Amino acid sequence: MAVAQKDFKPEKRPLSTERETRGHGPWLGLYTAVVMAYLFLPIVVIILFGFNDPAGRFNFVFNRFTLENYRTLLENEELTLALKNSLIVASFSTVVSVFFGTLIALALTRFRFRGRSSLNLFLFVPMATPEIVLGVSLLALFVTLGFGRGLTTILIAHIMFSISYVVVTVKARTSGLDMNLEDAAQDLGATPLSSFWTVTWPLIWPGVLAAGLLIFVLSLDDYVITSFNAGSTAMFPLWIYGASRIGVPPAVNIMGTLIFLLGVVYVVATLLRERRQVS
Amino acid sequence: MRERRRRRVAYFLVLPGVLFLVVFFLVPMLTMLSTSFQEGTFETGFEFTGHWQNYTEAFAANDTQIYRSLIYGLIVTGATLVISFPLAYWIAFRGGRRKNLYLLLLLLPFFTPFLIRTLAWKQILADNGILLGTLKNAGLLSDDLQILATSSAVLGGLIYNFLPFMALPLYVALERLDRNLLDAASDLYSTRRQAFLKVTLPLALPGVLAGSLLTFIPSVGDFINSELLGSTNTTMIGQVIQFEFQNSFDFPTGSALSFVLMSAILLGVFLYARALGTEELTG
Repeated sequence: MAVAQKDFKPEKRPLSTERETRGHGPWLGLYTAVVMAYLFLPIVVIILFGFNDPAGRFNFVFNRFTLENYRTLLENEELTLALKNSLIVASFSTVVSVFFGTLIALALTRFRFRGRSSLNLFLFVPMATPEIVLGVSLLALFVTLGFGRGLTTILIAHIMFSISYVVVTVKARTSGLDMNLEDAAQDLGATPLSSFWTVTWPLIWPGVLAAGLLIFVLSLDDYVITSFNAGSTAMFPLWIYGASRIGVPPAVNIMGTLIFLLGVVYVVATLLRERRQVS
Repeated sequence: MRERRRRRVAYFLVLPGVLFLVVFFLVPMLTMLSTSFQEGTFETGFEFTGHWQNYTEAFAANDTQIYRSLIYGLIVTGATLVISFPLAYWIAFRGGRRKNLYLLLLLLPFFTPFLIRTLAWKQILADNGILLGTLKNAGLLSDDLQILATSSAVLGGLIYNFLPFMALPLYVALERLDRNLLDAASDLYSTRRQAFLKVTLPLALPGVLAGSLLTFIPSVGDFINSELLGSTNTTMIGQVIQFEFQNSFDFPTGSALSFVLMSAILLGVFLYARALGTEELTG
């Protein structure tokens, strides 16, 4: 680099915000658009093939547009039963794991105690363990104990893999909070419980809600761990898997479309709330 | 006095969740560790004999699948890093006020279930499907070209499915980066390139490490992508474990393989924890 500058002139530099929003030309933005398109490609296909009337057994070639698949969707009893079971498991596992996980997250941010860093590590290990290992180890336990597999074992499995995710999500919210606020409330005569409800809870509930949503989605989505602990119970991911063996019927695409639309609703709601907070 | 009471409150708060994890995570792991040293059949029951040969035999019989899974994991980690770094960079630095919108858009496709997303790739890559079929009819591809049931299809599915696990930590690291440091670099006459290499990249490193871990672990252990998009030439270690448990009921071999997979991954985690501290592990 040429440092020898005889007639040194301090050049006028733009502010960082200015500098960061320009430069590099349009290439990086174009690249981002291309990757986004790639990410949405399967979604387009999922939606499109939900309207297909497949010529043969396989729903791989677009044959003819039809709404028939939507009309007959709920007549599929295997699907409705599986969906019902999955919603039950997702609701229960969300409530229980959010309760367990939120308590741990509060303890981790609010208190210094012996074993704290071992606890952090212990909570991380389930997240670092491949799903298949979590699934088969529970299966091995249930088989060893002679415990029949069904809704209960699925529920146990889902709570088990969810707790750590709840801790991480809620902690992301609590670690930025000023925990002296609760002390202040107690110095002013509040009981620990009332200071929690009036001071801490209003600050952390968005984090708790986010954790709940995450767990609900993870629970509905989980195939691997569920498949090992379901026995013969009909579950939504197991239904998808079974359906994929017989040529991916349009009903699979329709379910994908509907769940994607729920995602869209969530995103729009989030953005609207954000805008309201800004203004 | 207050200190001691507070410590008791902390233990009381963590107790239910930790107890649950001890019973349904730690105990199963230990059960499986014991199973991996057992002999016998599913019908007559397994007995602990300290048969460590389960490990050597399982490894010898499945070394191809183990190496293949590790190589796939490395390729997927590298590819998601290369694809998502510019993306995360653009959102963090050029996203402006719409940053959150772009981030949510990036995550939106992944609301749809994992299995359905993977099956969509099966529909896209089908031999005469919308992509290959159209190109073949246009004479752009030879008629016998096949992507499904090859390692390209499996890798494509893995890269797609695990991309957000890389993109998110990268974005978080880049977004947290103190912009004043870039100003300082530029005030000290560094070029933009130098500022990127000496400021941005080193500070994004925790994100790169976290993302690599979050991508590598599930992709090495995955069996869905290979099961749905691959063939017997793409069999991964997850499929072998699944087969041992659900088809041949050889629990000891399946357990031994699970522990081979676990130890490889935990080794990585502990190296990571030593480099960055345990606090980083759970955020």
